[in-house]
Amino acid sequence: MQDVLILRIVFGFLAAIIAVFSVMAVTSRRILRAATYLLFVLFATSGLYFFLNYSFLGAVQLLVYAGGIIILYVFSILLTNTDQESRAPIFSLRRWLAMLATFGGIALMIYLLLTNTWPEATMDTSAEVNMRVIGHTLMGSEKGQYVLPFEVMSVLLLACMVGGLLIARKRS
Amino acid sequence: MEPIISMEYYLIVSSIMFFAGIYGFITRRNLIAILISIELVLTSTDINFAVFNRFLFPHQLEGMFFSLFSIGVSAAETAVAIAIIINIYRNIKNVEVRNIKKLKD
Amino acid sequence: MEYSILILILPLLGFLTLGLAGTRLKGKTAGYVGTALLALAALTAYCTAAQYFNLPRIDGIRPSLRPFNWEWMRFTEHLHIDLGILLDPISVMMLVVITTVSLMVHIYSLGYMEGERGFQRYYAFLGLFTFSMSGLVVATNIFQMYIFWELVGVSSYLLIGFYYTKPEAVAASKKAFIVTRFADLFFLIGILLVSYFTRTFDFGLLCSGDSALFASAMGKTFMGAAVLSWATALIFIGAAGKSAMFPLHIWLPDAMEGPTPVSALIHAATMVVAGVFLVARLFPVYYFFTPEVLHGIAYIAAFTALYAAIVACVQTDIKRVLAFSTISQIGFMLVALGVSGMNGHEGTGYMAAMFHLFTHAMFKALLFLGAGAIIHTVHSNEMSRMGGLRKAMPLTHITFLAACLALAGIPPFSGFFSKDEILSAVFAFSPWMGAGMTFIAALTAFYMFRLYYNIFWGKPAEHEHPLHEAPASMTSPLLFLALISLVAGFLPFGKFVSSNGLEYIIHLDVRIAVGSVVIAIAAIFAARSLYRNGTSAVPDKMAGFFGVFHKAAKNRFYIDEIYQFITHKIIFRCISRPLAWFDRHIIDGFLNGLACITGKGSLAFRWMQTGNLQSYALLMIGGCLLLLFWVLFL
Repeated sequence: MQDVLILRIVFGFLAAIIAVFSVMAVTSRRILRAATYLLFVLFATSGLYFFLNYSFLGAVQLLVYAGGIIILYVFSILLTNTDQESRAPIFSLRRWLAMLATFGGIALMIYLLLTNTWPEATMDTSAEVNMRVIGHTLMGSEKGQYVLPFEVMSVLLLACMVGGLLIARKRS
Repeated sequence: MEPIISMEYYLIVSSIMFFAGIYGFITRRNLIAILISIELVLTSTDINFAVFNRFLFPHQLEGMFFSLFSIGVSAAETAVAIAIIINIYRNIKNVEVRNIKKLKD
Repeated sequence: MEYSILILILPLLGFLTLGLAGTRLKGKTAGYVGTALLALAALTAYCTAAQYFNLPRIDGIRPSLRPFNWEWMRFTEHLHIDLGILLDPISVMMLVVITTVSLMVHIYSLGYMEGERGFQRYYAFLGLFTFSMSGLVVATNIFQMYIFWELVGVSSYLLIGFYYTKPEAVAASKKAFIVTRFADLFFLIGILLVSYFTRTFDFGLLCSGDSALFASAMGKTFMGAAVLSWATALIFIGAAGKSAMFPLHIWLPDAMEGPTPVSALIHAATMVVAGVFLVARLFPVYYFFTPEVLHGIAYIAAFTALYAAIVACVQTDIKRVLAFSTISQIGFMLVALGVSGMNGHEGTGYMAAMFHLFTHAMFKALLFLGAGAIIHTVHSNEMSRMGGLRKAMPLTHITFLAACLALAGIPPFSGFFSKDEILSAVFAFSPWMGAGMTFIAALTAFYMFRLYYNIFWGKPAEHEHPLHEAPASMTSPLLFLALISLVAGFLPFGKFVSSNGLEYIIHLDVRIAVGSVVIAIAAIFAARSLYRNGTSAVPDKMAGFFGVFHKAAKNRFYIDEIYQFITHKIIFRCISRPLAWFDRHIIDGFLNGLACITGKGSLAFRWMQTGNLQSYALLMIGGCLLLLFWVLFL
């Protein structure tokens, strides 16, 4: 029983981090701080993955996001020297409408989630996904296996790398 | 057996994240900040995939792999976007949305 | 005789080549091309005429042939518009006249228009005119005639406005077009009325004298007159517009702003007699079914002849004198048609009108071309700038004199014969009218010789450069036409053209002939004594004696001013202004209002289209949420 309580507290903690820091990430006027808050959100997200027993996914999330993307952000913020966002009118029409849409959307979603009846879910296989299974699924070419998307993804990444270099290179 | 945390709570968290991203996308004026908002939106969808997979179809792995690929795609997207932003910065010394009015000078 | 289509095709070909490729050619070359094509057309016309008039008569009547007929638009079983060629005595005669005068004018213009800008354009328009005029006379049905009638009007407009940099020429071309177009509107209404009741456009049927055809039109009345009378009267208004009958004559004197050869071709010899031709073409309809309209035509024409002759006596611009003379002579022709009967001796008038049309075309073209030669040398239209030219321009002098004698009706020139026929026809109709026409003939002789003596005799005016005879390209047409004017009177014209198609033997009425010649000679001597030396004080005294009348005649009896008053003061002010107001404020206002509402509405929606991706995202999210809301709760 105690285990369950602790786990619930942990989940509440992660959820609170996500909710608070995602809101802060989009409201902070300092871009570098926003990036840092994003990092916290992403950490918490990987925590959720661990919580769901998707350790591999959580690890990837940590590696790619926290280790790669956030670094890119920080570098670009420093390179473009625009830490401070220009001051917008606090209550412009667009901001009001955006808030309306946001709160309306959240309210709608929560209503929907809480009133919906989900198909019968069995939690009997909440076990960790075997690493061997993940490897086979990723590299197999059978039905339900993903070698083709995997290869496409690698080509995409290569293309992005080349494209990024091409776009950002200094022109003489 | 009742799960420790029911599925709705995961989804509520992810939708808060999603709408925070939307809000940021609409209101932010800095390109990098907008990109951060997009990142939030993408991540929230990743959570949804994983959660649906775990709770509704626990015998399959589609949701997890979709999240995996989505992470890869968002990494690629970020790389290109940041390259573009840096290029814009070189041209107009600024990354504010309202100053970007010309595709080509 | 299918080759007669060439008479139409060759000038059209000239128009198209010169019009499309003219600027690539040198001016002279263009002129030669146009002239060569027209010479071929004239040759074809002569062949057609020779072959046609040698065809055997059927029951003593010349046949009317249709070598070519193409159904163009079929509306109903009976009502269809054809394009074709109708050969009968008057159309063949007209073809000969048109191509001859046109050929002469083409040759003449090689000299007259030398060095003008737009030489190619000029020849292209001449080709267009010849094509449309030929198409008019060979029309097989009244609608084809109407089509070519308008084409003739257009080419006349183009040629009057040839010097388009001159404001007077532009105004004159506009005036000519509007006045004739106004008359053509009535023509069209007349055509529609006739075709509505008779269910045919075809001349062959219309002129067959079949009263069953017109029964329905005769039976209905409108404002106290039969519908058919209205229709033929309306058709005559169209003819009057083209033929410059009073009060629609006002465009013809102004049309003299065009190049002089054009005046010779269009405004003396061919186009202005289209009205006469039209009445002649529909003569059986007028004669059998609406004789009252025919008589009305005679009176209007007689009045026009008198009016124009009086005005011609006091004009000082030689081309205007000739223009009024043309109006007067067309009046003669229409009087002859108006008083004509159908059979035997009563048909004199018809024959005389056609005969006079033929001879008048020749000598009036000659007069205009001669005047052109004089203007070419003197560089002025005013008589006061001329005088004593007979030594400098002997050839022009001789040919001009021949034409004047022909117009005055002195034997043996052609005008004598045709005018004498007209006078005897008129005397047979009404002695009073005959006397009046004889008086007009005397006036004709008087003003022609006033013109002649003023130009060729009297005191020479000062000129800064030596006067010279016109070049051979100009004098040869003059000589040719003078020759025709001299001998054409001896043609047995009644053998070729007559009202009922039977052979008609002309015999001179000696009393009328002698009387008219004596009066004409008296008028010539009066003119000689007044104008020969250019020093006589009598003309001024006479002008003083007639006072107001002289002034009025000089101002053409203020007809133009009356038109001006009617159009500007009454039509423009009372009709056009309110219409313009209605157009500007109500119709335009409605459309502007629509545009304004659209514009305002668009402005109201414009904030959506910022071009800002974030706004679009906001709208999209809002839309999605609204849809979700709608699906969930409504």
